[in-house]
Amino acid sequence: MADILKNGQVHQDHWQVLRPEAEADLATLNVPTGEWLVPFALWQAQTDTLKSRQDIGVWLSPNDDLTEVAQHCDQWPLLAIDFPKFTDGRGYSIAWRVRNHYKYRGELRAIGNVLVDQLFFMLRVGFDTLALDPKVAIATAERNLAPFPDTYQGSTDNPEPLFRRVDRVLGGAR
Amino acid sequence: MYRYDDYDRAMVKARVAQFRDQTNRWQAGELSDDEFRPLRLQNGLYMQRYAPMLRIAVPYGMLSSAQLRVLGAIAREEDKGYAHLTTRQNLQYNWIPMARVPDVLERLAEVEMHAIQTSGNCIRNVTSDQFAGIAPDEVVDTRPLCEIIRQWSTFHPEFAFLPRKFKIAVHGAERDRAVVQVHDIGLHLYRDESGKTSGDILARVWVGGGLGRTPILGEVIHEALPWRHLLSYMEAILRVYNLEGRRDNPYKARIKILVKALGIEEFRRKVDAEWANLKDGPATITDAELARVSAYFVDPAYAQLPDTDAGFDARLSSDKAFARWVQQNVHPHRVPGYRAVTLSLKQKGVAPGDITDQQMEAVADLADAFSFGEVRSSHEQNLVLSDVELRKLPELYDAAKALKVASSTVGLLTDIICCPGGDFCDLANAKSIPIAQAIMERFDDLDYLHDIGELDLNISGCMNACGHHHVGHIGVLGVDKNDEEWYQVTIGGRQGNDTRLGKVIGPSFAAADMPDVVTKLLETYVKLREPEERFVDTVVRVGIDPFKVGVYGESANRVNKNKETTHG
Repeated sequence: MADILKNGQVHQDHWQVLRPEAEADLATLNVPTGEWLVPFALWQAQTDTLKSRQDIGVWLSPNDDLTEVAQHCDQWPLLAIDFPKFTDGRGYSIAWRVRNHYKYRGELRAIGNVLVDQLFFMLRVGFDTLALDPKVAIATAERNLAPFPDTYQGSTDNPEPLFRRVDRVLGGAR
Repeated sequence: MYRYDDYDRAMVKARVAQFRDQTNRWQAGELSDDEFRPLRLQNGLYMQRYAPMLRIAVPYGMLSSAQLRVLGAIAREEDKGYAHLTTRQNLQYNWIPMARVPDVLERLAEVEMHAIQTSGNCIRNVTSDQFAGIAPDEVVDTRPLCEIIRQWSTFHPEFAFLPRKFKIAVHGAERDRAVVQVHDIGLHLYRDESGKTSGDILARVWVGGGLGRTPILGEVIHEALPWRHLLSYMEAILRVYNLEGRRDNPYKARIKILVKALGIEEFRRKVDAEWANLKDGPATITDAELARVSAYFVDPAYAQLPDTDAGFDARLSSDKAFARWVQQNVHPHRVPGYRAVTLSLKQKGVAPGDITDQQMEAVADLADAFSFGEVRSSHEQNLVLSDVELRKLPELYDAAKALKVASSTVGLLTDIICCPGGDFCDLANAKSIPIAQAIMERFDDLDYLHDIGELDLNISGCMNACGHHHVGHIGVLGVDKNDEEWYQVTIGGRQGNDTRLGKVIGPSFAAADMPDVVTKLLETYVKLREPEERFVDTVVRVGIDPFKVGVYGESANRVNKNKETTHG
């Protein structure tokens, strides 16, 4: 059971991430009962049986075809985006698209190599829960959720850039 | 120039605290080297050959005298008494111990400076024309929009882990002095003269330019983008790139490779589809924001002056050295009675772009005395005083000469653009500074240099092309052959409105041969040139073959035909 950060608090829940072997036959792979995040490809292979279950969420790899995701995502109680490596930044733009183009309103979770110094960015682009990499110390993560007092540019958390939100009078309060 | 308000100050201060915490966690073993690397790079901190290198952002090349003094003090107290101006208008230290970096950043923050996003796979410091705001051929002052872009790109949550680095350059004059076509995004700002939105600022947007291993000039993706859409349009470009740029091979990861693979039409279609959701949204720049930032770039208190001065004229006619300096290092200004002056950091015996702590402090004094307390850095690795009274040029010349920043060689052969190379850089295949120094030794006759005229000589120590060798009239690239340092020469490259990539003349040379190679290229030029023709124009007119013969002898064309492999 992974530690999940949600609204700045540590939560534990029962969602598990199903990561099939590369050679697994996704069409016949048995998804046991219990709350499972299954790969999008598996969900596509078994849509008919899985879509009636309430305990199935989906996780996306950065390589998944997003246009397909758009047609299905409103059916999932939980959608996760995998960061295979923390330096692979596609997940940020995928999250932005899922929230802003596909209008996904459910829970959006970052999974995989989720480290401390990327959490602020993840929360900004639209993730609301963060499944920390097991090596991360929770206290360090909590301390680094908001390293900056403000933001210059808009994103999913607040589409308005600073210049629309505040009156930055010339010279400031110097 | 732009001054921080409380928001900017708080952001930079928070960054220092964050980086201090990251450094502590790395030292405590909580962050592995691999986890710390991208974090320190995004603070400009590289591990170099002998010591860390810290790159400080000089946003679009603007510095105050107060900032320059602090940079000088840091060079003296934390480094070995010098710093290096880069080809992207930034400043680098070479010897600051890792553990000292957070304190140095804190000191920089006090004068509104930082090292944010000066490296790493993120949006880098935006560069521009060093004569922005004062050039007579300027149509749009680029600085306000550069500052707006700087703020937008700072800690952008979506674009901190791009496939590769991302560089934006902006120019707004008739002549492009920012080499926008070799950037990931290049913007040329101009004014709408169609009558539709008369006088409104438009941007011609280039995408997919870059030097490095695969040099490619950018292509126009938008001819006339209204300024208020700049951020949303760039967001669309960045999102397409972030999602679709290659991540399997760092040499194929720049946006130029994606644009080439898709073709500009298909890339534009994807960007337009993305932009359709963003256009006119909250990222649209407001009139109020442009006005707020533009107010930082209003004219200084120029005096009403005639555009001639008797004292200046007298010195000009009596002092040949002064006249040469005026010819090469003094540039026109849109305000009568004012000129811009390049202080050359290209001195014999000194690495191109290097400046000592004392020179930094003295240049700060010159800026206060002669140029409203402002200094600019150029991508040619020189400093510029942008607002000097014509009548004070003799006095400034004498002071600059005493400081050894008055070589009257700006734009000439020995105004060499040069990366730090194998003397410092861990990526380099070969040293570049000794090549520059050997060429400066050989060509120290000012009469000869002035006779040869305008000539850009660029040296890079490896394929990453920090010395922009592809766009040098003469380009020198350090290559590694069986653990030996060799140098490949290109000619015919150029920057500016008609940016072109140079062509390789043939097999590479040993370091010791390089001054002779340049001599032979110049001899060929002198033999073939027509009146008033620059070196690069002769190359364009006659082609590279006569130069090959000049360098390699008569057998050159026969022998070398098969050896040209790159940069064609």
